Amino acid sequence: MKVIAPRSVPAGASRLSLDVLFRKFTGAIALLVTLSLAGILIALTRESWPALHRFGWHFLISTAWDPVSDNYGALVFIVGTVVSSVIALLLAIPVSFGIALFISEMAPRWLREPVSAAVELLAAIPSIIYGMWGLLVFAPWFGNLEPWINDHLGAIPWIGALFQGPPMGIGMLAAGIVLGVMIIPFIAAIMRDVFLVTPQALKESAYAMGATTWEVARYVILPYTRTAVTGGIFLGLGRALGETMAVTFIIGNANNLSASLLMPGSSIASVIANEFTEATTPLYKSALLALGLILFVITFVVLVLAKLLLLRLDRMEGRQA
Amino acid sequence: MSATPRIHTRSESSETVAAAGIGTVKIDVRELNFYYGRFQALKNVSIEIPARQVTAFIGPSGCGKSTLLRTFNRMFEIYPDQRAEGRIVVDGEDILKSRRDVALIRARIGMVFQKPTPFPMSIHENIAFGIRLYEKLSKAEIAVRVESALTRAALWDEVKDKLQQTGTSLSGGQQQRLCIARAVAIKPEIILLDEPCSALDPISTAKVEELIEELKNDYTVVIVTHNMQQAARVSDRTAFMYMGELVEYGPTEGIFTKPARKQTEDYITGRFG
Amino acid sequence: MISRYRRRRLLNAFNLTMAVLATVFGVFWLVWILWTTIRFGAGAVNLALFTRDTPAPGASGGGLRNAFVGSLILLGMAVAIGAPVGVLAGTWLAEFAARRRLGAVVRFLNDILLSAPSIVIGLFAYAIIVDPSGRFSAYSGGVALALILIPVVVRTTDEMLRLVPGSLREAAIALGTPYWKLVTRITWKAAASGILTGILLGIARISGETAPLLFTALNNQFWSTDLGHPIANLPVVIFQFAMSPYSNWQSMAWAGAFIAVAFILLLNLAARMLLGRRRPRA
Repeated sequence: MKVIAPRSVPAGASRLSLDVLFRKFTGAIALLVTLSLAGILIALTRESWPALHRFGWHFLISTAWDPVSDNYGALVFIVGTVVSSVIALLLAIPVSFGIALFISEMAPRWLREPVSAAVELLAAIPSIIYGMWGLLVFAPWFGNLEPWINDHLGAIPWIGALFQGPPMGIGMLAAGIVLGVMIIPFIAAIMRDVFLVTPQALKESAYAMGATTWEVARYVILPYTRTAVTGGIFLGLGRALGETMAVTFIIGNANNLSASLLMPGSSIASVIANEFTEATTPLYKSALLALGLILFVITFVVLVLAKLLLLRLDRMEGRQA
Repeated sequence: MSATPRIHTRSESSETVAAAGIGTVKIDVRELNFYYGRFQALKNVSIEIPARQVTAFIGPSGCGKSTLLRTFNRMFEIYPDQRAEGRIVVDGEDILKSRRDVALIRARIGMVFQKPTPFPMSIHENIAFGIRLYEKLSKAEIAVRVESALTRAALWDEVKDKLQQTGTSLSGGQQQRLCIARAVAIKPEIILLDEPCSALDPISTAKVEELIEELKNDYTVVIVTHNMQQAARVSDRTAFMYMGELVEYGPTEGIFTKPARKQTEDYITGRFG
Repeated sequence: MISRYRRRRLLNAFNLTMAVLATVFGVFWLVWILWTTIRFGAGAVNLALFTRDTPAPGASGGGLRNAFVGSLILLGMAVAIGAPVGVLAGTWLAEFAARRRLGAVVRFLNDILLSAPSIVIGLFAYAIIVDPSGRFSAYSGGVALALILIPVVVRTTDEMLRLVPGSLREAAIALGTPYWKLVTRITWKAAASGILTGILLGIARISGETAPLLFTALNNQFWSTDLGHPIANLPVVIFQFAMSPYSNWQSMAWAGAFIAVAFILLLNLAARMLLGRRRPRA
């Protein structure tokens, strides 16, 4: 101690200011990262102002998209984004639940890691690969399936209208399916994590009453993890809404509304990706940026909800550690 | 140590308890061995547990008493690396070898755990859940069964006005009685209690102990406890386990006043464990 | 009671079978996508791919040299900007704001940024760089990718630094070490493999990103290393070539896809090996 004390005293004079400087500097950078969210909002609002000013609230409910007469509306793309995301969720939620149930309750211990890793790898594959694979491999295959869908699902009253149209492979349904596969890893990972931290005693209590594995999952594990599971689904939804490349390849890029899911459509992200570099007039470009602003606001709300619901998961894991 | 005497011979008063038909053997464990992977947690355990009495298992932690309890309803089966060898005969049927589905065995054997485990649903649903697993009843019939189970667990008066609230809104002691009510509701014959009071305050503990006294009129009760006073208070017979072996087993009074084996005496006088 | 029981057991068997099928379904897609990428891609890989630049429409021959180099330049820029920023911001979160409300808010918003659509990030880079400067440029692409990389690095750095035991910090402080030195010399070192993993996962994430480059770095049919001009890059080339009607372009797109996927899977593998089970959620 006697050796150290004298040495640290002269350093002490500059130590305080260096420590403060280090803290302030890193803090400023962290704040800057956070402020980039506000920056996105401000920059996109400014850039889309000409379009918003010109069309007003009407922009949100107009189905027009006509570069020739410079008349734009967002509704076709909002609908396309929402519909393709809903299809994705309809596929991804049950599949993710099955995967999480398999990993947490059924798989032998040695199989857990490989299966988890394989599903997580689905998230590592870039969306451009999904898109190109979807266009060149999945869509032709799916196109062979569509006549069957036409004949069977298309004949059902009411929902039959959803399944009419020529068998092209590409379209809203195909895009939704590929999108669904892309968000499975996000939803499944969260479900698996919360299923695994559900107290063993709680599961055992249900098993002790003679409940089957399914009954334990459905009536005990799922209600217990409800909040975090919902958060995981919202997180997946956030991903699906903003996904660009895969959708751009497969959705068909038709700028009109169609009742049938087999027909081509467009999403906000896909129309921006397709038309941005071709947008010749300032108003055209501004309208595309306004679409980007709408997408940002929607996904921001969805992601905030997701994160709020998932705060509970962090607490659960914190308690375990 | 390995030459443990045939323990059930110590029950000198067997002819007196046999009177009301309550001396019959409910669970007959024969040469039971249990393994967690390669680790042997139970070594050649044989014991006869009488019907409609309270049998307590005591011993230091890790002695195998909870492990033994969890073989009675084959709870260990949900973990792939655990296995049991030997015989556990309940009402003449070896449940380890039984071809019947495990759920039907568990329907006859209720279990209550160390920490209260109310399901994430309302108080009413906590009870109704188990009933519906086995019987198709009308809403009114279920309500009757729920009330009788909660009354049985001495909880009805405290919760009758808030049956739709979640089970987790109750106090710890109430939650544990809810779990007992839940086990009772599916009309089992045997109730397994795995340290049911270790997470409870003294007042709640007293209530649960009273309840155990009540339960033995209709059920065979097996309780694991690390609290020797509790074993002395609530049980008719006590088994002392150590290092995976059954050391001594007999009427509770005898075990606590004049234990036959040195290890038992050391444990109950607090010299180890 | 028995028939009711049989029904329950059937339902259980059915649903558990569905769970297994769901898992098979998930793994099946992975295998299907990887298999097609290998089948169409691996065969199309040849030496010219690395020595020639992208061919003109309809022309035969050519390679992807300019796209590979362009992508590496963009990745280099993104890492050069994003890694230090991310590590510093993550350090502040873990070391100075672990229990403060402001820290919780920053962490929350960083997670939002982490999941924000990459196309919106691209539009942002367009709005703050391309539009004012009047032209598409490699710079703007690098910045867009950096913005996607940063939240990944912030999150892993934060998580990994918080795993460093407090006793290590206390021991250093007890010796009279100034805090900035403690962080730079001790906790960073203790968490180095974790922080590096975060950067690797971040690179894996951005190396396939296409949408943010569409209106920043754009694309360039020719060889260029000029940061002030549009630059060729693998994802956008794959996009254009896969959408094209020319079969040689499509097969080149598969080859590019194969190399991109191999690169990304190797990065993921490296990250897994570096960390094992402590791998953060990203």
